Amino acid sequence: MATKASRSAARLMMAPAVVLLLGWMLVPLIMTLWFSFRTYLPLRGGDQGWTGFDNYVRFVTSSAFWPAVQTTLIIVVGVLIITVVLGVLLAMLLDQPMWGQGVVRILVIAPFFVMPTVSALVWKNMFMDPVNGLFAHLWRFFGAEPISWLSDAAMPSIIMIVSWQWLPFATLILLTAIQSLDSEQLEAAEMDGAPKLKQFYYIILPHLGRAITIVILIQTIFLLAIFAEIFVTTGGAFGTRTLSYLIFQRVLESQNVGLGSAGGVYAIILANIVAIFLMRIVGKNLDN
Amino acid sequence: MARAVTPRRKLINTGAAWAVGLLIFFPILWTILTSFKSEAQAIASPPILFNFDWTLENYGVVMERSNYARFLWNSIIIAGGSTILGLIVAVPAAWSMAFVPSRRTKDILLWMLSTKMLPAVGVLYPIYLLFIQMGLLDSRAGLVIVMMLINLPIIIWMLYTYFREIPVEILEAARMDGATLREEVLYILTPMAIPGIASTMLLNFILAWNEAFWTLNLTAVDAAPLTAFIASYSSPEGLFFAKLSAASTMAIAPILILGWFSQKQLVRGLTFGAVK
Amino acid sequence: MGQIQLKQVTKSFGDVQVIPPLDLTIEDGEFTVFVGPSGCGKSTLLRLIAGLEDITTGHIEIDGTDATALVPAKRGLAMVFQSYALYPHMTVRKNIAFPLRMAKMDQAEIDKRVEGAASVLNLTDYLDRRPGQLSGGQRQRVAIGRAIVREPSAFLFDEPLSNLDAALRVGMRMEISELHKKLDTTMIYVTHDQVEAMTMADKIVVLQAGVIEQVGSPLELYRNPRNIFVAGFIGSPRMNFIEGPEAASHNAHTIGIRPEHIEVSTTAGHWEGTVGVAERLGSDTFIHIHGVPGCDPMTVRAGGDVAVKHGDTVYLTPDATQIHKFDAEGLRIA
Repeated sequence: MATKASRSAARLMMAPAVVLLLGWMLVPLIMTLWFSFRTYLPLRGGDQGWTGFDNYVRFVTSSAFWPAVQTTLIIVVGVLIITVVLGVLLAMLLDQPMWGQGVVRILVIAPFFVMPTVSALVWKNMFMDPVNGLFAHLWRFFGAEPISWLSDAAMPSIIMIVSWQWLPFATLILLTAIQSLDSEQLEAAEMDGAPKLKQFYYIILPHLGRAITIVILIQTIFLLAIFAEIFVTTGGAFGTRTLSYLIFQRVLESQNVGLGSAGGVYAIILANIVAIFLMRIVGKNLDN
Repeated sequence: MARAVTPRRKLINTGAAWAVGLLIFFPILWTILTSFKSEAQAIASPPILFNFDWTLENYGVVMERSNYARFLWNSIIIAGGSTILGLIVAVPAAWSMAFVPSRRTKDILLWMLSTKMLPAVGVLYPIYLLFIQMGLLDSRAGLVIVMMLINLPIIIWMLYTYFREIPVEILEAARMDGATLREEVLYILTPMAIPGIASTMLLNFILAWNEAFWTLNLTAVDAAPLTAFIASYSSPEGLFFAKLSAASTMAIAPILILGWFSQKQLVRGLTFGAVK
Repeated sequence: MGQIQLKQVTKSFGDVQVIPPLDLTIEDGEFTVFVGPSGCGKSTLLRLIAGLEDITTGHIEIDGTDATALVPAKRGLAMVFQSYALYPHMTVRKNIAFPLRMAKMDQAEIDKRVEGAASVLNLTDYLDRRPGQLSGGQRQRVAIGRAIVREPSAFLFDEPLSNLDAALRVGMRMEISELHKKLDTTMIYVTHDQVEAMTMADKIVVLQAGVIEQVGSPLELYRNPRNIFVAGFIGSPRMNFIEGPEAASHNAHTIGIRPEHIEVSTTAGHWEGTVGVAERLGSDTFIHIHGVPGCDPMTVRAGGDVAVKHGDTVYLTPDATQIHKFDAEGLRIA
């Protein structure tokens, strides 16, 4: 509801943002699509012409593809389960009356603000180093043989590092959601004689439903793209090569742009599937 | 509302929450503590928690050796520049969408959000190529632009959700009072939205500061920010725990502090207003 | 000066025409009230006059000049919003001064006018406070202050009292009427409350679904409502409508009789009925009576101490001179 004058002003003021984002989306996307149909090896002869769907077929049939998909899924699902379950528990704990709630909140949220390269390095060296890491000391203290975390248990280690980074995000969102729960609802349930566990199942968990969905969707989008954590710790070795990392290696390390681009298109499709669900939820929220 | 609980119950809650909080915070605490140790004490067995000889030596070495200041400066320019540039583009756009909504506004907003979900690795090479062609590779300007573009949807969304809370009647009152569009945005909207604008800036500064895909892949030396500085420690010389800790502490300290201020806005910003 | 003329004005949102072609003239100095149920288009009409919305077709003239294409700021009108729309980050003084600042008036003149408005509105002690520190009534006054300093050719009020509590509303109603007498400037006032319309207006415009049902002075509308809608909307409690044989005996499809024009008796009368709820206000009693053919319940206004209780049988007699007759289309039969 407004006048013609303000509507044309609005269009004008929106134009820069729209044009910039349109360019940012379309130009690289079209280039990626273009490359994905070509044999393009920048260091070995450059653009060698049209190959149809060869790159797509080669990317999927390469021996690295399915393990990479599997690795990606394990990391995403593993981190999601850990962060959501611990996040709900932690959010409920933090919602209880206590002393120094503000400080605890700050302690819990801190990992989210740590640069991914820093957290990966700190975990890799100061905790997971098989000789001098804290875990090694701890293992020795109990008389056990220290583990070479990032080579012998590379996947659990990466999942742990990434979960540590994302647990605060999940906790914070779930805590915000819990705090918006009308305490009268719980009081009514208590009056109705519902025990604590039932209150959790029938009132708290449904109330958190939307927040949990959002945590899952947003984290999925970020987790599909995790890069620095792997780049810094294992460099993709020991079965930690995710789809993103595989594409990165194809493009930058083996300089096979055509093949990497085909992989990129797969990654884009995958992310879009997740994105569609997220958009539905966010879009619904716009209506009210 | 705070439910009434017995002091005993509250004590248990407090103990449990603090224990979990400290456990989660411990890696950061440990890093900060180690940064003040000598290299020998940093790898001492058994590990020393507090009872060591505090030293600032590591900070000195790190500053000297790796030209920390340049990395820091690059981080500040890239994060700050992209935030300010993003704000300049986003404020008018968010004004339009919040106060002159049309039938397409919702679609445009969601489309903007969708650009944020484009996996970076999928478009890495095209961007890399374009950067070489335009001479932007390893330049701060190039990274400012990329950071601005990847964070623009978040900036617009956050501002949009803040602006929507400002009653449109107030802007109409300004219009009736004779304010032009520029005066309306400058004298009424912006001052009223200052808290929202500030937290938007803060969150985007943090996101840009910590971004580690583009900054690692599009820089080499000249424009490399702190993410690259730290990544350079990933080679096997990582046995210098104390120096690694000092470097890490310097890289995360400013953002930790800013982050603590922006934690409430974080929820809103990163869930695009779907959780408040 | 402040004569406002709407000529064949229409407004559509998309394909929906919310205001069909409409003509209306508001004379200089007149206190005009737009009244109607919510969603009747009265606020839209006000916003069209203000320039906050474009009219789809037609013309708006202010003091004889075409203002259709003018932006709000150039129309010389001031508006008081339902939510007051005060600028929360400015003090009362700055709020009131804002339109003058936008008009690039010099500071001495601004100060003089702000002080003047503040003393008229009893705001002098609050000039350095922020809107958040004021009560609802004070905020309302600031909003009015911001409107009067500009010395506009007309004031537009959009349901200004609906956020106040009942007692304050009565007070503000009188203050606004008082202000109108003092300033003698055109005022257009939008409300859904017919009591506000009756007590304040020189001229009432009754709207329904974007259409003007009737224009006239409060008493004109009360005495000679043009149709059933106006008859039912103006007056409180609402007029009783009777259909069926009773109406036919008056050669009408429907007849209407106001609660204050019915006599109650416990012994004899024209109609017989049973007392339902009796609302006792002290000065008056509104009795809802069941069982009158063609009208259930019938509301009657009786004296404060009338001795009836729930379930009593009473007899009602209408004042024959006060019966309104309407045809099948709901239009008044002369």
